[in-house]
Amino acid sequence: MDAMRASEQMPTPLTRTDRRSDREVVVTRTFDGPARLVFEAWTRPELIMKWWTPASFGITFISCEADVRTGGTYRFVMGHPDFDQPMAFVGRYLEVDPPRRLVWTNEEAADGSVTTVTFEERDGKTHLVLTDVYPSKAALDEALASGGIGAFPEQFDQLALLLKGLN
Amino acid sequence: MVQFNPPPRFDTSFAAISDATRRGVLEQLGRSDASITELAERFDMTLTGMKKHVSVLEQAGLVTSRKVGRVRTCSLGGRGLEEEAAWIERYRQMWAARFAELDKIVEQLKQKEKSDGRNASK
Repeated sequence: MDAMRASEQMPTPLTRTDRRSDREVVVTRTFDGPARLVFEAWTRPELIMKWWTPASFGITFISCEADVRTGGTYRFVMGHPDFDQPMAFVGRYLEVDPPRRLVWTNEEAADGSVTTVTFEERDGKTHLVLTDVYPSKAALDEALASGGIGAFPEQFDQLALLLKGLN
Repeated sequence: MVQFNPPPRFDTSFAAISDATRRGVLEQLGRSDASITELAERFDMTLTGMKKHVSVLEQAGLVTSRKVGRVRTCSLGGRGLEEEAAWIERYRQMWAARFAELDKIVEQLKQKEKSDGRNASK
């Protein structure tokens, strides 16, 4: 009985993504923990550094600064063995409402998205919805065409610029 | 370096644009489709050499080619619904990989809270 309950409680967590509109992509996932802890992991730099760049990406944090207050800024600097220059990811927190909602800008590239994450707690689990909204259909289309997915925007920007120059 | 299930085409895309000839080929194809022979002549290289470059660009999803008769014509790839579906899938994989790590952090925080709670109640 206990074993059955355990298996019911621990389904493989599913990460879903959908293009919700011509300028919006949505990611959903459920975490086995209360919203205050999941929120904490998104807002304390020493915790962000532990999960934001999984080993499979081949990139590592050089520094992680995040002033997680409405109007505060963040700067994530990462390195990749193939690149001489570190990559900086920068932006500003537009809304910080613990432990329910986080909104930030992605400003390392022109026409970056605004990311909204909501944390909804149900029975000790947290349902997370992340929405990336691009300023225009063209901006999301360009992100699609460049092959970049936000993990390496600067490098893919080179490619996006190149492709843009061609069209 | 340990690499489990890397989001596809990260490295191939970097490799593809890291080479001046390949960037030139992309530029050329941006102006018009071209055959491997034309590209080889344009960049003053052997057919075999150009085939290799085009193959790298194809693997990165930046170029597509089709063979009609004896001529293989190359075009800029990376457009259309299939490409969008692939992008959405890479995007999903990126978050899924992050969230697998985040699961561990949440678990650690839960354990810590539990043990702190025990200590506090002593």
